[in-house]
This record gives sequence, structure tokens and C-alpha cells, in this order.
Amino acid sequence: MSGSERVLSVEHLRVEARNDGGTTAVLVDDVSFTLDRGEVIGLIGESGAGKTTIGLACLGYTRNGCAIAGGSIVFRGRDILALSASERRALRGPGVAYIAQSAAASFNPAMTLFEQVCEIPVRHGIMSAEEARKVAIGLFRELDLPNPETFGNRYPHQVSGGQLQRAMAAMAMAARPDILVFDEPTTALDVTTQVEVLAAFRKLIKEHRTAAIYITHDLAVVAQIADSIMVLRHGKMVEHGEADQILQAPREEYTRRLVAERVSGHDFIDREGGDPPLLAIRDVVASYASLLRVIDGVSLEVRRGDTVAVVGESGSGKSTLARVITGLLPREEGDISFQGESLPPTLAQRTRDQKRRIQMIYQMPDVALNPHQTLLDIIGRPIDFYFGRSRADIRKRVLELLRMMDLPESFIDRKPGELSGGQKQRVGIARALAAEPDLIICDEVTSALDQLVGEEILRLLKRLQDELGIAYLFITHDLGVVKRIANKVTVMLKGKMVAGGETQTVFAPPFHPYTELLLSSVPEMRSDWLDEVLEKRRISS
Amino acid sequence: MSAARLRLFGHRVTIPAMIGFVIIAVNLIAALGAPWLSPFDQADVVCEAWDDPTAEHLLGCDNLGRDLLSRLLFGARMSIGLSLLITTLSFSIGIVTGFTAAIAKGWVDAALSRAVDLMLSMPSLIFAFVVLSVLGTEIPVLVITLACLDSTRVFRLSRALAMNIVALEYVEVAKLRGEGLWWIITREVLPAARAPLIAEFGLRFSFAFLFVAALSFLGLGIQPPNADWGSMVRDYRDMINLGITAPFWPAGAIAVLTIGVNFVVDWLLAIQSRGHGENA
Amino acid sequence: MGKLIAQRLALGFLTLFGASVLIFAGTELLPGDLASALLQNNATEENLAVMRKQLGLDRPAPVRYVEWFGGALKGDLGKSLATERPVAADLAPRLRNTIFLAIYAAVVAVPLAIALGLLAAVFQGSVFDRAVNTVTLMTISIPEYLVGYLLMKYISVQLGWLPTLANVTEETPLGERFYLSLLPMLTLVLVTIAHMMRMTRASVLAIMASPYIEMAFLKGIPKWIVVVRHAFPNALAPVISVVALNLAYLIVGVVVVESVFVYPGLGQLMVDAVSKHDVPVVQACGLLFASAFIVLNMLADIAAILANPRLRHPR
Repeated sequence: MSGSERVLSVEHLRVEARNDGGTTAVLVDDVSFTLDRGEVIGLIGESGAGKTTIGLACLGYTRNGCAIAGGSIVFRGRDILALSASERRALRGPGVAYIAQSAAASFNPAMTLFEQVCEIPVRHGIMSAEEARKVAIGLFRELDLPNPETFGNRYPHQVSGGQLQRAMAAMAMAARPDILVFDEPTTALDVTTQVEVLAAFRKLIKEHRTAAIYITHDLAVVAQIADSIMVLRHGKMVEHGEADQILQAPREEYTRRLVAERVSGHDFIDREGGDPPLLAIRDVVASYASLLRVIDGVSLEVRRGDTVAVVGESGSGKSTLARVITGLLPREEGDISFQGESLPPTLAQRTRDQKRRIQMIYQMPDVALNPHQTLLDIIGRPIDFYFGRSRADIRKRVLELLRMMDLPESFIDRKPGELSGGQKQRVGIARALAAEPDLIICDEVTSALDQLVGEEILRLLKRLQDELGIAYLFITHDLGVVKRIANKVTVMLKGKMVAGGETQTVFAPPFHPYTELLLSSVPEMRSDWLDEVLEKRRISS
Repeated sequence: MSAARLRLFGHRVTIPAMIGFVIIAVNLIAALGAPWLSPFDQADVVCEAWDDPTAEHLLGCDNLGRDLLSRLLFGARMSIGLSLLITTLSFSIGIVTGFTAAIAKGWVDAALSRAVDLMLSMPSLIFAFVVLSVLGTEIPVLVITLACLDSTRVFRLSRALAMNIVALEYVEVAKLRGEGLWWIITREVLPAARAPLIAEFGLRFSFAFLFVAALSFLGLGIQPPNADWGSMVRDYRDMINLGITAPFWPAGAIAVLTIGVNFVVDWLLAIQSRGHGENA
Repeated sequence: MGKLIAQRLALGFLTLFGASVLIFAGTELLPGDLASALLQNNATEENLAVMRKQLGLDRPAPVRYVEWFGGALKGDLGKSLATERPVAADLAPRLRNTIFLAIYAAVVAVPLAIALGLLAAVFQGSVFDRAVNTVTLMTISIPEYLVGYLLMKYISVQLGWLPTLANVTEETPLGERFYLSLLPMLTLVLVTIAHMMRMTRASVLAIMASPYIEMAFLKGIPKWIVVVRHAFPNALAPVISVVALNLAYLIVGVVVVESVFVYPGLGQLMVDAVSKHDVPVVQACGLLFASAFIVLNMLADIAAILANPRLRHPR
């Protein structure tokens, strides 16, 4: 076992996509890196950076319509690109193995886990079915999967998301490959599950001294696992260096911005005033089809100028709470009052003015804007509807709102299809503001956006709050966002409120155990974070 | 290559789609211009039965000595006109009920959907037979029966479309704003449903067209002396054994128009699934 | 899963019942009753009254429905108005002929369509695929009678290989039946195969585009194993529905094809009965066609439930 054993070297890789029109788009341009045995490289970048394309290229695979147009990928001394199709196939699995983002979609629903995990060694003639089964059981045990002996008899839909993601690692490891390609393997998981899965992956790589390519958009995640990090943007290398160097002393401006986002703090202004709360929710209960309580006894208060965050993992009922406040889902018990006045439970019973005062901004700007209308129609309609202004006035006001959103005035006659994701989200904000509301409910407004774009949206919302004094109810799963922008927070778990109050109080000891679990599960941008968390949890359990 | 660059609705027109458009145009011209284009009247006996094609009678004559070309042109009028009428009617019924079901939800939706399920539990040809056996085969009966039967399928599609669109957040925004039902249907739902509905119109038309022709072919559709393509096939079919090609003209015309419509529909569906604008 | 199947079975029988009501109501509740339709111009008040009594139309519709459907369940379908013979007696040999033709066509069309559909999907985008796509799009548009007459003209009249008409009788021996009904069978195959093939192709392609198929390729598994082991079990349910749907279409296609080749089947009988306003016969044929259609759809759904791994292996 020598210290460094080169397993992969990628040089000047270029991948192109050819679309129907015959034009070509460059997905990956001039990317080079090397990988030694036991080494982990992190590929980081926003959507469209070409991370996945590079990962797949290392298996000699390109998606439909794409082709490797230049460079070389040398795996253990052989250029993958020069291999025949069947030689390349022989390499996939035993040589380089792939772990995809969504395990739920990547496992065949019609086959048991054993069948799928044993497939690589058996189909490539490396092991007999019996041996492969033993290896699989061993891997299940290593990955802390429950009942390793029988776990593999189950079908994919019979195990949880976190378990499935680990089972996929077992599937990739079954033939002891030289390289593992992890493609955003924890992105689809809740933060608390992410920690366990991440720890399992790291243990696996360490113990087998497997080289790995770890693809993610989250610097803090990659910091826990990678020796070196490559930052990519629009298919090009921005910066490549040791993990600690990238995190602590980034050389490029773009990297600096990526790193900076997480550390920037926020000073909370004490907004406590004597006026009655804008929105007061007391012991609200709601359910879908009267079966299960999705919201069970939630109370919170929003005052003028407040930013109140509602946090929780998937299934916590946080988005349902927004529907209850707006009246789309009538509450069954409890009360919601606005400026001291009780709001009727259903939308139909509310007055036009009550509707106007609470506006919403959504997670997916693509489906929140009607693609068949121009921005003038989209933003102008609330002005027309609530205030009945003249056409000229509406146009003037829409232009003003566009300026406020830092969008060019020429966009007024465009349709959403011509805008980028961040721009669309700004239009969504402008539409909410056009109604001149007192409260805006922001439902995961940054989670569908790239990190830096999301950051700009948050900054914009902050600025608007300072200028206009609007209150925000921020629904999110991202504790980083909460810490930075909210002065009050409500933590939800399975429809119930587990903690609530001033952010400083809730997020400081003594914690509610779930709040502590959530907080400690948010990856931090230093390489020893995961060790610390695991250490702490071992002691406490 | 100029054909390849032709664009419609912002999308490139493929060669099959071009052929389809040409076929549809020719048929429409024939149908609209039959009285002026055809050399003789459809009912006039102008020659001997089964006369061969001549310069005067380009396609020859039929079993009663009528000009085949003239009958074919007048037949276009009847076959296409009737199918268009049926499709338009079935669309009006189907869209109104479908959208109502999707937006009203509750018992209205349940009642309409179950009724349609029941109607669709039987092949429509069989159902049509049952109704026609009692009501006879006058044209209004034919049109209303077929339109009602066909509207069940339009109902299904427009209900599903509207359901999907209503679930989109921009419709939720309109609801939250307090917009009325009419505004939501016309401004938010219809524009998004337009493209799939146009394609469906083409499909339903070709279906109605084949259906009317099949009924006429079976002797249960349009009755003489009106010329229509389906009954022309029926009238001339015994001549196959004698090697006379007459039945192939109307049968071929039916096939060609349906192929043309299907080519265009196929193209419409393809550009829809490809999404809006870019690289199309 | 057992519960789901039981539910589907119950729904099937409920639908069958609903269809029978519809068939009955279709002939009973329409303006102008059977008697006036039959008598047409001879309809005087007295004639009508006599006719109504004769047909039993003087009793309330629900009572007549119960009698009719109850009788149908026992195999008593009433008497034909035209021949005054029991409908069931006329129907039975016709039904046998039609079932023979439908199965004959299905046995040829189903495997052929699935095989071609799979091939087109596996070689997606190839010349074969595109040719098949265009050709099938055209065949879908061509009416059954044109296909029938073209076959008749070229195979029977010009080449003289096969008889133009398929006049089988009760006494026709099995071997000759196959020979006589070869052309109608071919016609049915040609008109059903295109749809079945296109839909098979589309369902297999939808499966082939799923992430777990890409995963299988990334595991270095040969293409044919991916298709057979990974794609096929998942494509089974949609393909089964496709087949059932098209068999249902075949049942209707039979009506026209029988007319083209003067094949003595149920479709011919029904068409004749419609033009003669022979309502009991129409009702009986309608009930049979509808039952076949409903049962096929029910079987397809049950097969789809059985083929779904999520339902087969519950949590």
C-alpha cells in the first residue's frame, strides 16, 4: 500500500451538447484534475456549472444529445475515451461507481434491494450470487442499516429515504470500485437525516480507501468530506485547491462570495412596540379531509416590521400554516386575528381589503407567474383590482415597482418565460407589493434558487422591509436563513409547535431537544464540524 | 430548404405537418367550393353506369351514371361539414362541463364524472347503434347523438387540463386576490389550455369524421341521395370483384384527410411536449 | 392488494349494470317510442295502442327493465321483432363466429405489436423507429373498409389466393374457417396493430427515460439485460393496459370488418337489426359488446394492480 496511487486523471475535459437547431452548447470546458487512491475531490457550483456532466464523464457516460468533445480521462493508465463500448461498460461499476441524488428514483421499484446491490459484482462476473450477497450484508452492516441480514429482501419503497440513500452507497461499493462518484447524494434529505448519511459515506470511503468525486452545491457539506475542492461555474474551473485553503483563503472573487454567504451575520434590531400585533395566531388546528391534524395547536404573533420565521423539516406542517392564514384551508379551532380583528376562516368570507393586506411569495417562481401574461398584466392586476387606478397610473406604478426590484423597465412588456429564476422571483415580490400589503408570507422563497441569487433576494426583501416597514412571515427549512433574517422564530415538528419566541432566545441554550438537533445538523463551513457533531451525539446518547 | 424554415406559432413546421396542412387546405377548398368546382350536379345522371374516365368525366361514372368527381366534391362538403359540426358541438359541451366540474369540484364534479365514466364504459359505436335503432338516422339525430357521445372524451381532457392548471400557484394567487370564477377561467385557465385543446380538436375531428363515414358505410349514416364519402364506398363496393376502382376514390379520400389531420395533430403535440419557444 | 382487486371487480360489475340500464334507457326513454317508430306512417291511435300492448310498452319502464335484464342474465334475450324467433337462438352462432374472429386476430396482432413496439423503443430514433412511426400514424388514419377492400382487390381478385367473402356457416370445418376468415383477420390485425404498437413503444420509452434505467447503465449492465430485467417488469402494467384497450377497439372494428367481408358475426347482425329497428336484437348485441368491453377493461386494471410492485409488496 504505497502512499499515493494515481487512479484518475482528467485533462482538458470538454463536453458539448447538440440541440435540435444544430447549435452546440459547451457544458464543460477545459476541466482538469487528478485523483489518488483514498483521495476525495469536491466539485462545487451552482446549477448549470457542469458538475454532474463531469461526474458522468468519469464513467465514460454522457446523457442523450451530449458528447465528450475533447481532452482525456485516464483511469488507471487507460484513456476511457479510447476504449470500445464494451470495455467502457466493463469499467462502470467495478471501476467507477455512481451514487445519484434521488435514491427513490434511482432504484428499480420492481426489484429487491439485494438483487440490485448484487447486480454489479454478479453481472460483471466478479463474484457468485452467494458471495455478492455476503458482501452486501457486510456493507449494510457497515452503513448502519437495520437488520442487515434481511434488509436486502425489501423493495425500495419499503425503506426510508435516508436508508435508501445508504443502500445506494452499498450498491456502488459492492464490487469495490476504485472511484465513487457521489452526485448531490444528500440534497434531497432533511438536515437531520443528512448528518447520518454523510457520516456513513465518510466512514465507507475512509475504511476502503476509495477515491471519490463528491458533487454538491453546498460548500459546508463538501467541507466535511473532501480533501480538495474545485469550484465550477458555467462549465469552467474557477478555483481548485486544498479544502481548507478554499474555505479559509479563497483566491477568486466568485469563491469568496460563495464562502462569504454563510458567515455573514445579522444584527437584530429590537422592534418591540406597544401597538397591537399585526397578525396573531392562537391555538390553531387544521387538517386535510378531517383525517389527520396537519396543524395542531400553533400560536404565534407578528408585529409591524417583524420577520417571523416558521422552520421545520418536510411534513412539519409549515406550508399548511400559510394556507390556513390565507384562508385557503379553513382552520378548525383557534383564532387568527389581523390588527386585533378576527379573520374569517375561509377565503370567501374575507373582505377584499383583508385579502389585500396579506400577500404571498412562493417557492417556485416558474409556476407562481402565469406564463401567458406580461409583467404589466401580472404586476398591474392587483393595482387595478384593489385600487381601480387608470391604465396610465397602473403602468407608472408597475414601472416604479420594477425599478424598486432592480429590474429594467423594458421588462414591462415581457413574459416570465424570458426571465431568469431570480428575476422571476423579483416579479413575484413586485406583485405582492403592488397590493400594498401589511404582511407578506414568504414560502421557501429562496430554496429553488441558486445560493448567490437567493442571497440577493434576501437582501432585497430586507431592504424593502427597512423602506416600507412590511412584516414577513418566513416559511423555510433553512436554519441559516432564519438565523440571519428573522427576529422571531417558531419551530415546528409534525404539526406541533416545539419552540417559539425571539430568535436569540430560541436559538440559545437551554434548547428544546429538537431545536438543538436541527441546529446542530446544519453543516458549518469548517472541516471538523461533522466530527464534532458525531462526537457530541455519541456522548449525549 | 425554404420549406424547413417555415414557422407557425413560433415553431418550425416539419415536412409531415406541411403535407398535413396542404391536405387540409385542399379538402376545405373542395368542401367549400363544391358547387362551383364540380362539373356536374351530384344527383344528375350524365353518363352510362361505370363509364371509364374520360376528359369530360375525369374519374368516370358511378353505378347510376353520375359523375364520380362531382359526387366526390359534394361528398367532401357533407362529410367534412357534418364532422366539423359534430366536433364543434361536442367541444362546446365538453369544455363547458369539463371546466365546470374541475372548478366547482364536490358533487357537481362527482356526478358529471360518474356519468361520463358510464358513457365511456361502452364503445361509442355500440351506443350510437342503440340510439339510432330507435331514433332513425336523420341528420339532426346523427349530429346530436355523435356530439354527445364524443363530448365525453372532451370532458375528460378539459377537466384534467383545468384540474392541473387550477393547482398551479398563479391560479392560487388569483384566488387569494379574490378574483371571480369567470376571470380565473378566461384569464388564467384558458390561455394555458388552448394549445392542448387545439390538438384535441384535430383528434376529435378525425375521430368524428371516421365515425360518420363508418356509419354511412354500414348504411346507418347519411342517406341517399346526398353524396357522402362513407356511403359512396358502400354503394360502389360490389365493384371490387370486377376490378373497378370507384370505391377506392372516396375511401382513399377519407384516409388521406385523416392522415393529414393526424400529421398536423402529431406536430402540435410534439411542439407542446417540447415546451415554449427555445430551440424549436 | 386483495382489497383493491375486490374493489375493481365490484366496480366492474356495477359498470356492467349501469351499462345495461343505459342500453335499456337508450331505447325506452327517447322521444317517440318503439311502437311509433315501428309503425311509422301507419301510426293511428288504435294501431299504436295495440302495438304498445303487444310489445308490453303499457307497463312501467323499471318493471320492463327488471324483466329484460333478469331474462338476459338467464340467457333469455327476448324475441326478435323481425323474425319473431328468440333472439338468443339467432345470436349464439353469430357470437361464436365473432369470438372466433376476434381471438384469431388477437393471437396474431398482440405478440406482433408488442414485439415491434419493443424494437422501436429499443432502437429509438433509428431509421426503423422513424419509418415505423410514420407508417403507423398513417395506418391509424385509414378506415377498416379501405384496408379490407385493398386486401380484397390485390390478394383475392388479382392474385386469387384467398376468397373475397368469408361466408362461413355452422358446418364449416375448423381448418376451412381459418382459411376463409384469413382476410378479415388480416384486416383487423392491420388496423389494430398500429395503435397497440405506438402505445407499447411510448410506455417502454417512458420507462427507459427513468433514472433507474440510467442507473442500470451506469452499473455497466448490458443493454439487453437492462431492457429485459429492468425495463420490462415495469413496462408490463402499461403494456397490459394497452393490449386490453386495443382488444376493446378490436371488438368494435369487428363490426365494420364483418360488413366488408359479409362475415356472419354479431356485428353484421347488429347492423341489420339497427336498420330494421329490431330493438330486442340491438339491445342484446349491445349488451354483449358492452360486456366484452367492460370485462376487458376490468381485467386490464386487475393485471396492472398485480404487476405493480408497490401493491404486490406493501410496506
